[in-house]
Order: sequence, then C-alpha cells, then structure tokens
Amino acid sequence: MLAGSLYTAQVDPRRLFEGHALANAGRFLRGGFPPDLSTEFLGQMIRPALETIQISVVGTLLAVLIGLPLGLLATSSLAWSGILHERRAAAGRWLLGFLPYVVARGLLSVFRSVPEYVWAFMFVRAVGLGPFPGVLAIGIAYGGMLGKVYSEILEGVNPRPLETLHAGGASKLGVVLYGLLPQALPSLVSYTLYRWECAIRASAILGLVGAGGLGQQIELSMRFFEFDEVVTLLGLLFCLVGAVDLISGRLRARLTR
Amino acid sequence: MSPGRSGEATTTPETPTVPPRTRGHDRRGWLVSAGIVALVVWSYRGTGVDLGQLIGPEGLRQIAVYVGGLFPPDLSWAALRDAGIGAVETFAISLVGSVLAVGIALPLSLLTARTLLYHGVLFEVRPPAPGARALRIGIYAGAKALLNLLRTIPEILWALIFVFMVGLGPFPGVLALAFHTGGVLGKLFGEVIEDVDPRPIEALQATGAGRLRIMLYGILPQAAPQFVSYALYRWEVNIRAAAVLGFVGAGGLGQRIHVTISLFLEHQLLTLILAIYAMVTLVDALSAYLRRRLV
Amino acid sequence: MSDAHPAYELRELRKVFADGHRAVDGISLTVGAGEQIAVIGPSGAGKTTLFRLLNLTLRPTSGSLSIDGVDVAGLSEQALRRQRQRIGTIYQQQNLVGRLRVVHNVLAGNLGRWSTARALSSLWRPRDSATARRALAQVGIPEKLYARTDELSGGQQQRVALARVLIQDPTIVLADEPVSSVDPSLAVAIVTLLRDLAHESAKTLLMNLHSVDLALAYFPRLVGVRDGRIHFDLPRDQVTEVLLRGLYAGHRDDELQLERPPGGLNPFGRACRPLRGFAE
Repeated sequence: MLAGSLYTAQVDPRRLFEGHALANAGRFLRGGFPPDLSTEFLGQMIRPALETIQISVVGTLLAVLIGLPLGLLATSSLAWSGILHERRAAAGRWLLGFLPYVVARGLLSVFRSVPEYVWAFMFVRAVGLGPFPGVLAIGIAYGGMLGKVYSEILEGVNPRPLETLHAGGASKLGVVLYGLLPQALPSLVSYTLYRWECAIRASAILGLVGAGGLGQQIELSMRFFEFDEVVTLLGLLFCLVGAVDLISGRLRARLTR
Repeated sequence: MSPGRSGEATTTPETPTVPPRTRGHDRRGWLVSAGIVALVVWSYRGTGVDLGQLIGPEGLRQIAVYVGGLFPPDLSWAALRDAGIGAVETFAISLVGSVLAVGIALPLSLLTARTLLYHGVLFEVRPPAPGARALRIGIYAGAKALLNLLRTIPEILWALIFVFMVGLGPFPGVLALAFHTGGVLGKLFGEVIEDVDPRPIEALQATGAGRLRIMLYGILPQAAPQFVSYALYRWEVNIRAAAVLGFVGAGGLGQRIHVTISLFLEHQLLTLILAIYAMVTLVDALSAYLRRRLV
Repeated sequence: MSDAHPAYELRELRKVFADGHRAVDGISLTVGAGEQIAVIGPSGAGKTTLFRLLNLTLRPTSGSLSIDGVDVAGLSEQALRRQRQRIGTIYQQQNLVGRLRVVHNVLAGNLGRWSTARALSSLWRPRDSATARRALAQVGIPEKLYARTDELSGGQQQRVALARVLIQDPTIVLADEPVSSVDPSLAVAIVTLLRDLAHESAKTLLMNLHSVDLALAYFPRLVGVRDGRIHFDLPRDQVTEVLLRGLYAGHRDDELQLERPPGGLNPFGRACRPLRGFAE
C-alpha cells in the first residue's frame, strides 16, 4: 500500500534539490528577510487580524448552536436506549428516538467529514467574499465535530442521578437540565474551548479561499511575491494563535481544576 | 463544575444556576463571563453575520435551494473516474505524508526529550559536565524551536511554499503534510518519552546497560503504543487535510474541487464531496482497526 | 574474585535529596565478599535509598563507597557501567517493561555485555532464548517465556525479575524487599532460592526485608537501619527482642512482623534448586 502510495504521490526527493527548487527557496528566504515591519503595513493588517479573531469566535458560537441540539439527539442514552426508555413502547422508541438519532448522527458525520476549506469555498461561491462564509464554514464543520464529541461526553455521564430524576417524575428536559448538563458541563466547555483554539488557526487559513481574515492577506502577498509581507503575516498569525492558546488554556485549567 | 464560573453561559444558555461558593470566586467568574460575552458581541457585530436571518425561514430556504442544486450527483463514467483518481491521490498523499512525518518526528523527539539529554534517572550518578550540559540544553532548545516552527505553519501554507519550490502536483502536498505533522508528532513523541515510567529504566541501568540499549529495552517499548496511536490519529487528520491541499495546487481531490466550484459544476462537486466522505470514512475505519490490532 | 578486598566498603555515606530529606545520614558498613546480610528497619528508614546508592544508580551527597576496594567516585561512565554489570538488583516493584515479552525482560540481564546492535537484533529474534528458558525454569515458570509481561501476576513478575538477575550473573546481588508483594509461602521460596544461589556461586547477597522473621531465619548477619543511620549491625544470635523493639519504636506494631512464615512449603517444586553449572 505504501509503495503504491509513494508512486501515486509522485514522491521524488531529487525534485527538492533541483536548481530551480533551491533557487525558489532562496528567493523566498531572501525576499522574506527582513520581514516588512513598516507601520503602514502593520496598520493595514490590524483589521484582518481582528477579523480572524471575530470569525473564530462567531464560527465557534455557530458550531455550538449546531452541535448542541444535534449532539443531544445523537446521544443514545438520551434518545432511545438505556434506563430512561425502559418502559416506553418499542414503536414509540423507534419513531421518536431512534429515527432522529440516526438522522442526527448522519448529519454530524457529513458536516465534519467535509473539510472546512471545502465548506468555505462553497460558501464563498454562495454568499460572496468576506468573513461570512468563513463563519459558516467553521460553524458547520466544527458543529459536526462538537456534536459528535458532545454526544460521547453525554453518553459517558454517570447514569444514576438521571435515573433518580427520572424516577422522581422529571420530564426529558428536566433530566437534561438537572442531571445531564451539570455533570457534563466542564467537559463540554473544555472541549468547546479547545475547538476555539483550532478555529483561530482555521479562520486564519480559510482566507486563502477568500473567506476573510489574515489568510486572504497571505494569499495576496504570496501571489504578488511579497515574501517580506508573508513572513510578517506568519509572525502575526503565530502571535494570535499563541494568545488564543494561552487564554483558552487558562480557562480550561480553571474548569478542570 | 465549580459554581460561579458561568462563563460558558453564553454558549449554553440552559445552564442551571448554582449558588456561588465564595464571593471572590464569584467575582472572577463574573469577570470572565462578562469578558466572554463582550468578545462574542464584538465579534458578532464585526463579522456582520446575521444568525437570526440565517436560521430564519428565508435563510433556511436559500440553503435548501443551494443544497438542492447539488443533487443529483454526477455519476457519469468520466466524473466517477476523475473522482476515483483524485481519491486515490488524496489517500496516497495522506499516507506518505504521515509516514514521512513520523520519520521527521522520531529523531527530533529524541532531541527534545530532556530525560535523554541531561536530566533525570539516567544522569543521576554522573551528570554531564557543565560545558556538555550547556551544549545539550542548546540542542534541546534548538530542536524544540524547529518543531515549533514546523508545527505553527499550517499545512496549506507549507503547501503554498512547496508548490512554489517544486511545482504543481501531489509531491508538494506530501511535503506539506510531512513538515506540519512532523512538528506536531515530534512535540507529542517528545512528551511521551519524557513521561515513561522511570522504574524499569533504573532497573536496566542497574544491569550496566548503556543509554542506547536502555532506550531499546526500556523506553521505546513503553512509548511505542502511544507513538502508534498518535501517528494514526494524525493520519485521520491528514486525510482531511490532503483533501484540501489541492486548493493551492498540491494535487488530490482538492484540486478537482477547486475546478468544479470555480466552474459552477454543482453535480460534479457533489460527486467529489461524496468521494471525500468515502475516503475520510475509510481512513477512520482503517485507523481504528490498526489501533485495535497494534495498541 | 579479589579476596583481599571487601565487596562493599561504605564510609559516612550520606544522601540528602533536593527537598532536604536526609534519606541516608552517615552510614558506615563493610560487607565481606560472599557474605549474606539482611537489612531491616521500619519503612522510611532509608533502606531503599541505601540500595540505590549501592547499585550505583544514585549518587551520594557525601561519604565514600568502594566496591572490591575501588572507590566509585572517580569512575568514568564506562567504568560505572562495568561495575553495575557486576551488581544484580531485584526491586520491590518489579521494574519490568510490561509491554515487552518475558523473554526480552529476562535477556535484558545481558544488556551490560551486549553491543547495541546485538541488543537490537535480539528484540527482533531473541538470542539465546534457551538460556532464558533455563533461567525461567529455575524460578519455576518456564512456560511463560513468550508471554506478555504485564499479563503475569505480581508473584510471577517477581520471578521474571529473578530470572533476569540469573542471566546477568552478577557477583553481588541486591534485593530490595523482593517479597513484600508476594504471598508468604512464595516469599520463603524466593528468599531461600536467592540465598542458595548466592551460596553456591559465592555471590555477595544483601537483602532488604520487611519481615524480621525471614531475616532471622535465613541470614547470619542483620543490619538494622533507622532514620538513615545504622541502629545495629550484629550476627543473628545477638539480635535481641529489645533491640528489635528499639528499631521499630514509634512505628505501627504490625511493621514488626513476628509471626512465623509457614515453613517447608515450596511452590517452585524441584525446579527451585539452582541448576548445577548454570550460574558460573
């Protein structure tokens, strides 16, 4: 399999060291240093950098709005199996629980299997350039991931308190609000924050296909062979990602303490 | 969940309210929540997104129209053949890229494991001389910095750079995955090595074994299952990445998707998306199978 | 074998850890070649630290330590490894690599002698598996040769650790509470096996024991350690109950185990006896 893949992928290390490859690398490095640190350029880049953060935040918000309801439907212990449903008639279980469960799982699987870049590219075509397609792409792709992981977290929750609530006559919503979410919340939030860290990287890069943020600027600078700008933008991206990792990491540490 | 930290209330409004445990805690919790709310509001306005409209009837109708326009997928022989070739290429890129990444990560991870360089059980009796120690700390810092660089630049930017260097095709895609993933795995591998149980290492050292032999018999056997597990996980990530590297000219399905979207070939686009879905599912299953067998 | 020099000579040996804990606080001790000594004392007395100093995996803070008349302080890394090779250690926890098969854990006793290439090739195809099998037969579990080590019980793992020391064939054997996690009948078997083995091939044996009774029953010389210092160092017939009470004073009574272990039981069966001509 590996041999076939090596052939298919046209792997040929010699190509890396051919004259023009090295010359191009040299051009890139020479052009990239020193990076463009003029206040004019940096000033122009503030907006895209902020836009990158904004896209990641709203994208993650949308992802939660998509992932949470689908994740609840895709939780088997909630939807159709386990102690909450012992006494429900089989037909009702199928129609009201299992069917939505399967549909939700399917949707989540499609959402997360199509990479966010593909979503972004499609949305750029559908709604035009700018941050909006980036938000949609992150919202849908990450909604799929969040939904799946949410359902896994919820299925791992200790079922005994749920049983007690159920036995006490609580409705499904009551069980979710008073039994399920309080137990699962730290893990849910922690994973959401982790996804936000990923979203900031993604939102920076989605711009390459026209979905706003720093990525769009990187694409432009690369296209005009302005490598000093590319290196500056990479540095900026590095700082942004580092800052978000730091904030999110501290929040997560507080949650899991 | 400790009370008062309801910063997540913005994302999960159904949170049941819990009485605060201590006042100081409470105030910090409120500050964090307020900060998050402010961040969300600012971002929401900045991106000019109207979620209400999006999820409202008009927005949903538009989405339905667009999705409906994708159907039915183009199942003509030519489209299927094209999708098939793209899928195989994507698979090959992800596999070779991941294997190369392990090749990059392994040696670098050895250089970023402090327990192998100057610190811990192996250097208990005879610590390296100050000069040698400084040199080894330098090696550690250098390798760590290199891994950070590899890791911070996203695959797709590496792909842009390599397309610029070696031209179009799957090869720059392979290199891009290998570099980025090499950085990620190198960091993870190094942490695994530093975290192995030191007791067996001490026992091996007590038999008079040298460092390389201790590594073979004591460290690698302990670390190997996690190495395999991480590598397989990254392969799952890479199949998704390989599917889009083509956007910048690095082969695979991405290149074809780029073309079909640009030319508004909706039905063919759906075929390609289905191909991505199939490849991703296949690799996830393969990886799960290998993980069960190997770990 | 250098008869002129004692196996170990410790002078005012100290080990102070980074947190300021004085684990070993000035121990002087002479161990003759071929001697068999039991080290006893309450938990936390510094016995394990002492053994880690003795097997050269821990560096003393001060004091001197000589092996066969050679002060180890001045030794190079190479020379240290050669010395370690001559000292076999059995740990309280098994310190085996759980994921390796038993055969590799046993053959790891050879690592001091083997080249790296040889060690590598043996992981692929075990070298000398016959010797490993004989060592395992000696400790009574020859059928476990190719089992995964972490699938064995605690007692079986301890026997694997014994087999590794057999392969290593050291001149000094250090056993740090080798029987604290096995059942009493097996404990007797392990202690007697080690003792007989050491006796037949004239090895020096130091054993750190939790059970005072095992120490009194099987060792001619007892060293009591308390608070990092030597409390007494006497032939077994001079160790009185008063001394023992003093050694364990202030510690929980059950640490002073004075009930007799069941004698005569030998779960290893006949295989327990060291094979003649094997350990040389």
